[in-house]
Amino acid sequence: MKKKKKWPEDWQDLNPGCMVFEPGSAREYHTGSWRAERPIFDESKCIRCGVCYIFCPEGCISQNKNGYFEADLDYCKGCGICAHECWPRAIKMIEEG
Amino acid sequence: MSIVENFDLYAPRLIDKEEYFSAGHRACQGCGEALAIRLMCKALGKDTVVVNATGCMEVISTMYPTTAWNLPWIHVAFPNAAAVAAGVEAGLKVMRRKGRIPDRDVKTVAIGGDGGTFDIGFQALSGTMERGHDVLYVCFDNEAYMNTGIQRSGATPFGASTTTAPAGVASSGKGQWKKNITEIMVAHNVPYVATACHSYPIDFMNKVKKARSIKGPSFIHCLSVCPTGWRVPSAHAIKMGRLAVETGIFPLYEVEEGKYRMTYRPERIRPVEDYIKGQGRFRHLSPDELTAIQKRITLEYNKLLDKVDNLHSWGELQD
Repeated sequence: MKKKKKWPEDWQDLNPGCMVFEPGSAREYHTGSWRAERPIFDESKCIRCGVCYIFCPEGCISQNKNGYFEADLDYCKGCGICAHECWPRAIKMIEEG
Repeated sequence: MSIVENFDLYAPRLIDKEEYFSAGHRACQGCGEALAIRLMCKALGKDTVVVNATGCMEVISTMYPTTAWNLPWIHVAFPNAAAVAAGVEAGLKVMRRKGRIPDRDVKTVAIGGDGGTFDIGFQALSGTMERGHDVLYVCFDNEAYMNTGIQRSGATPFGASTTTAPAGVASSGKGQWKKNITEIMVAHNVPYVATACHSYPIDFMNKVKKARSIKGPSFIHCLSVCPTGWRVPSAHAIKMGRLAVETGIFPLYEVEEGKYRMTYRPERIRPVEDYIKGQGRFRHLSPDELTAIQKRITLEYNKLLDKVDNLHSWGELQD
């Protein structure tokens, strides 16, 4: 079986009009490596309102089985919007590393 | 706490969980425009064709050979997003008539930045509105050409420092006022025109849903904060949008068939200083210039309130 190429290697590999046939394929790239700070969710303070979920520009925050919100750190860029907007202050940004 | 407040508080949990603008796009940290696109797609749903003018959103969402879009999407040149959207809409109509595609409601949405709407794409937009195509045009206004390095545009506010209108000894940023695109669109006599901001997500999504349900051209002007170009910390992106609304710089209203309605009216208008002092692009402004800005903003806001109170809808004026 032919191995799937990550990107076209020469011009013959390009689709006509540079069309992309795989929707949402940007998920292959993990923007989490850009992050300088990571969000830490404190479940004792969280009221499960979903403000962090609606304001996340990446759409990487989702609800887990218990109904609390958590960030997918593969994609979180560490902008800090969730921590700034969370009014029960359940989210803290801490430095990476 | 009243029931209504409780509902507002938990409203984010009621929106569509499907992501049509997937993670992994290459927007800067805290990009308000990416957030606005994500909310817009949630409100539009899957039966949508998106036509994208050149700009930040095109560049960050489609790094060849990947795409962040889960919707049919086409990128066109800077000036003609609205014209291509008109063509897509006409094409869909003909294909539906000939029975080539199933008969269902597919909305064509054109999106563009402020450069692609206020300056370069303006004539195509005006033409589409005039011809009355069933197209929703959403302008994501981040107040300069952010994609190419913060050059001034017709949407840049007075006094903002940009790379082509830099603040220094001889000049203090842009010397002209912002173009009022919403009023220009109202003057085209289109059924629905609205302003929105991503800092009020439920309001923004309601407006997009309303515009989607209307047959005919509609226009939404969405202020989207650009932390890189506005020189604000990325965490303050939502706060800056909220301040723009609360200071009266960017009032949220909609014009439905000629009738103005405020969708959010702050109880107390804050001084514009609150908005301006948090941004690096305005840091050079002197108190005199600040007074001038405050004067102009108050005037514009009062003009709008006057329209809200006194203008009637087309239906009321007919007889």
